[in-house]
Amino acid sequence: MAEQLLETGSAAGRGQILRLEGVRKSYNVGTPIEAEVLHGIDMTLAAGEFVALIGPSGSGKSTLLHLVGLLERPTAGRILIAGKEIARLDEAGMTELRGRTLGFVFQFHHLLPEFTALENVMMPTLIERGRYDQAMRDRAKWLLGRVGLGDAMAKKPSALSGGMQQRVAIARALAVNPPMVLADEPTGNLDSHSADEIFALMREINRDDGTAFLVVTHDARLAGRCDRRVELMDGSVRT
Amino acid sequence: MPFEWVLALRFLREGHMQTALIVAGTTVGVAVIIFISALMNGLQASLAERTLSTQSHITVRAPDEAAMPVLDRAGQAVAAHIEPRVQRLRSIDQWERVFRELPAIPHVVDVSAIATGSGFAYRGNASKSIALIGVDPQRYRRIVKIEDKIKAGAYRIGPGEAMIGIELAHDLGAAVGDRIRVLSSENRDDVFRVTGIFDLGVRDLNRRWVIMPLRSAQSLLDLPGGVTHIDLTVDDIFSAEAVAQQIAARTGLTADSWMAINTQLLTAFKNQTMTTRTVRLFLILIVALGIASVLVVSVVQKQREIGILRAIGASPRRIMKVFLIQGGIVGGAGALMGSGLAALMIYGASFALRQDDGSALISGRIDASYYLSAAAVALLTGLLAAVAPARRAARLDPVEAIRYG
Ligand SMILES: Nc1ncnc2c1ncn2[C@@H]1O[C@H](COP(=O)(O)OP(=O)(O)OP(=O)(O)O)[C@@H](O)[C@H]1O
Ligand SMILES: [Mg+2]
Repeated sequence: MAEQLLETGSAAGRGQILRLEGVRKSYNVGTPIEAEVLHGIDMTLAAGEFVALIGPSGSGKSTLLHLVGLLERPTAGRILIAGKEIARLDEAGMTELRGRTLGFVFQFHHLLPEFTALENVMMPTLIERGRYDQAMRDRAKWLLGRVGLGDAMAKKPSALSGGMQQRVAIARALAVNPPMVLADEPTGNLDSHSADEIFALMREINRDDGTAFLVVTHDARLAGRCDRRVELMDGSVRT
Repeated sequence: MPFEWVLALRFLREGHMQTALIVAGTTVGVAVIIFISALMNGLQASLAERTLSTQSHITVRAPDEAAMPVLDRAGQAVAAHIEPRVQRLRSIDQWERVFRELPAIPHVVDVSAIATGSGFAYRGNASKSIALIGVDPQRYRRIVKIEDKIKAGAYRIGPGEAMIGIELAHDLGAAVGDRIRVLSSENRDDVFRVTGIFDLGVRDLNRRWVIMPLRSAQSLLDLPGGVTHIDLTVDDIFSAEAVAQQIAARTGLTADSWMAINTQLLTAFKNQTMTTRTVRLFLILIVALGIASVLVVSVVQKQREIGILRAIGASPRRIMKVFLIQGGIVGGAGALMGSGLAALMIYGASFALRQDDGSALISGRIDASYYLSAAAVALLTGLLAAVAPARRAARLDPVEAIRYG
């Protein structure tokens, strides 16, 4: 079944950045309110692919993204990121893999309010390298320039509009130049004009850098502009 | 600067009011801890000093003559009741050897041999019961600072000269230059010219003491070449009891420290020290609770950010470190500023708090160890207070924070 899925991917053969096999997720395991949210998900994401994850509210999109993002562990099934089986990793290994290979963009921006835009963009690299250096500063400035915020680098998030904050978040997700970015409704909180711009920015980065994107969205119009759509329905992939 | 420090400092800086308040609280706590310690020590030192102005730190004398039980052949005590023996006036056996050995004992500073006994002083029709105190004036001045307490005449006793207490001088109607006759308990008598009149601040001593040359006392008390006591001083007055015990063990003589003699004072000191400790303990507890509560609130406020930090690659351990560092910084800043505040308070108190003789109760210069120990305690308290909040931060589920943040 996994092979079939691989063939259906438009970027098949370019190597997989993500592979899910029979992934299940239950909450409150062992209690009377135990509930399975994901019922055996199989899917892949090729390197450099731009995929929309769609589905009605409560279908398990965010849950799936958190599993892929190594923020939670699946109850059953296998998840491979850049060929690495994550079940074998301990907490430290997960943290390291997350820091190196994944960028996150969330619906509610989730920037650190105490830090400037520039410092927010440097944060993942600061975490990775332990202390500030000139190279990370240069890259962060370059990234902010690229998302069109060259003039707002010293501003705190509270001084930026929603669209601008989301641009900072995208720049931050790209800080360590990860092969894959996970975005949970990155435009869900923006007006349609800003949403279009943010979406266009992500596509541009995908095209120029070959960064793979897995983007959760409710917006059918934007989903239509992706390489491929994966639709979730009640915790299963609809084919 | 490492990532954990960057975050800790920024969190503290952005938490203006909370940070300012908790650092202020810690500062006051540290300052009060240092201040009360300094105050208590100043108080005790001044009380001890006052007590010791008329006393040696340690007095060595011949052991009491024990009453021997009367035994029969089987070693059974025959007499049911043993009368304590009357203590004769006795010289310390081979006192010159002991006298030479004493200065070699650690902490011992000055040593003076004394022959003392009781008797009567006469002048005209007046007669008074007195204590004869025969000393080497050059050595004795370093044990009891009578020189500072001379009210008339001078600190000088040559052959045939004596210094007497101010009450005795009054009772006998004697002034400097007058002669008094002294009759000892051994029924020998001698005449002395009064060279100095002293006021030791203790009525009983002012009424009874007659200080005379050692040789005169020896012949009056029928102790040729002998002495009844050896007085000595030590460098640290609170080590006196330990030194006394060491002397007793080494010489087989009886050695009484001022601490053993003034048990009431020592008990008062102990109670004061206990009180100080208790107050200090509660202050530390309050500081710790203050720091912990501020950090717990901060962890709750920053749940969302902790979640983001986890998502972008920070491990739980490093999140924990961020909060431990914050506790350490608050404790450290409080320690620094508290030491400064305490220095100011002590400086102020050195002017404001006076003893009745006008000298300062606590000196403006306080041992650095007070500051260092209080600072170390504050730093440690900050770190320990941060442990619970830091662990809580590390345990936060990033998904919860992101989903519902
Ligand atoms: N910690 C949890 N405990 C119990 N149930 C949970 C937990 N987290 C999520 N769920 C449930 O899992 C299901 C899927 O939630 P999820 O957030 O993944 O959906 P979603 O597709 O992202 O929805 P939306 O479009 O509204 O964001 C929901 O029914 C939700 O109530
Ligand atoms: Mg969701």
